[in-house]
Amino acid sequence: MMVLLSPVAAIGRSTLAMLSAIGRVTIYAALAVSHILRPPFYPREFLHQLLHIGWLSLPVVGLTALFTGGALALQIYAGGSRFDAQAVVPQIVAIGIVRELGPVLGGLMVAGRVAAAIAAEIGTMKVTEQIDALVTLSTNPLKYLTVPRILAATLSLPVLVAVGDAIGIFGGYLVSTTRLGFNEAAYLRNTVDFLEVWDVTSGLIKGAVFGFLVALMGCYHGMNSGRGAQGVGRATTNAVVSASILILAANYLLTELFFTA
Amino acid sequence: MIALSDVHKAFGPKQVLRGLTLDVAKGESCVIIGGSGTGKSVCLKCILGLVIPDTGQITVDGQDVTKGDRDAFLARFGMLFQGGALFDSMPVWQNVAFRLLRGRQKRPKLEAREIAIEKLRRVGLTPDVADLYPSELSGGMQKRVGLARAIAAEPEIIFFDEPTTGLDPIMSGVINDLIREIVTEMGATALTITHDMSSVRAIADKVAMLHNGKIRWHGPVAEIDTADDPYLRQFVTGSAVGPIAAVR
Repeated sequence: MMVLLSPVAAIGRSTLAMLSAIGRVTIYAALAVSHILRPPFYPREFLHQLLHIGWLSLPVVGLTALFTGGALALQIYAGGSRFDAQAVVPQIVAIGIVRELGPVLGGLMVAGRVAAAIAAEIGTMKVTEQIDALVTLSTNPLKYLTVPRILAATLSLPVLVAVGDAIGIFGGYLVSTTRLGFNEAAYLRNTVDFLEVWDVTSGLIKGAVFGFLVALMGCYHGMNSGRGAQGVGRATTNAVVSASILILAANYLLTELFFTA
Repeated sequence: MIALSDVHKAFGPKQVLRGLTLDVAKGESCVIIGGSGTGKSVCLKCILGLVIPDTGQITVDGQDVTKGDRDAFLARFGMLFQGGALFDSMPVWQNVAFRLLRGRQKRPKLEAREIAIEKLRRVGLTPDVADLYPSELSGGMQKRVGLARAIAAEPEIIFFDEPTTGLDPIMSGVINDLIREIVTEMGATALTITHDMSSVRAIADKVAMLHNGKIRWHGPVAEIDTADDPYLRQFVTGSAVGPIAAVR
């Protein structure tokens, strides 16, 4: 009987562990958010993080958007030619980039760069007792480390997404006009005429949510890092994996919320 | 001043503190000795509230450490961590002046820097060290910077966690002498944990030996060589033979 029940017990244990992890992350997120508006504030830390998370992520987000826009134009052209609809390349590139690929790929690239960096930095601080040192110096680690990072990521991701959108559309424009024979002025006019404000805004809102998730996962896994290099390594991996999965899940939920109601 | 009464703490199935009771008087330098894994660091962390005891009470000047204004409570403490625990993202002077650059004890930046340089000088470091980053310093220098940070805001109580671990005997002697001088000069209450007997003799007024989660022996430093407790004797002489198992 015990042999028969052991797989059920294992599923039960995994489910409980997952629910308990979700509970811990939720409490951590609620605590972090509750500290955003309560002093003391650390503006220097916030600006420092804005530079690291926002400014220094620009190249990776920009390059990703550029190549994605170009590849998207080629794919839509090839696919559209099957039913004589090649002319929709500017519109589909624009909507695909601003609604989906801009925020999702931007979020995933930042997750790879930033969540890993945050988890490694905070995890190392924990292992080397720097977090304990902060407490003994009357500084709340949640306020000093987590809040500036979450705030900086939440505010800078929409800007990165906006820049990524522009570069992605430019990638599509470049490929379409140089390789696919589109007229420059017509391509731009079709793009601008087709896009609605909500297409862009919804992508920026997604960016803000993804930024929050990236920083939250980085900080949470860093703060809960195990001992030694292995513990920090595991925290870093967990941060990137969980941030990426949450971005994709949140993207589906937000798309459902924004475009099917 | 600091009183621990019947403190118990377990991490999962591992019982670390099993009824720890200890009193440290104001202005006294007490050193807790004991083997690795006996709960010395946990004891310090319980006093600071970094670890919450399962049962028992800890008071500082009669005030329960878990109650009251936490910032005001922590402002009374300075701590030198075993590995220094310096913030590697900021230069040495900002590490030393960390408390003076933010929070209730905030000072103007220039004044905080002056104080940091003065404290660095006090621990035998020249002002040119102030703008270096912790990764550019040797282990001994990092300990000194950690010491300067611990005393920067002139706390009433200073904790030293394994202050000489990883240092050569000469540097250990320098750090021990500095700790003794500074504690005497500031009139601070000091609680040190170590298993380095040269540190014990240099720093301590009183010694408490922690074994199996409890205080096994407590008395003046002058008595550690004559006390007849077999556990203390084995620890002081560093013998592999005795009541303390060599392999734990």
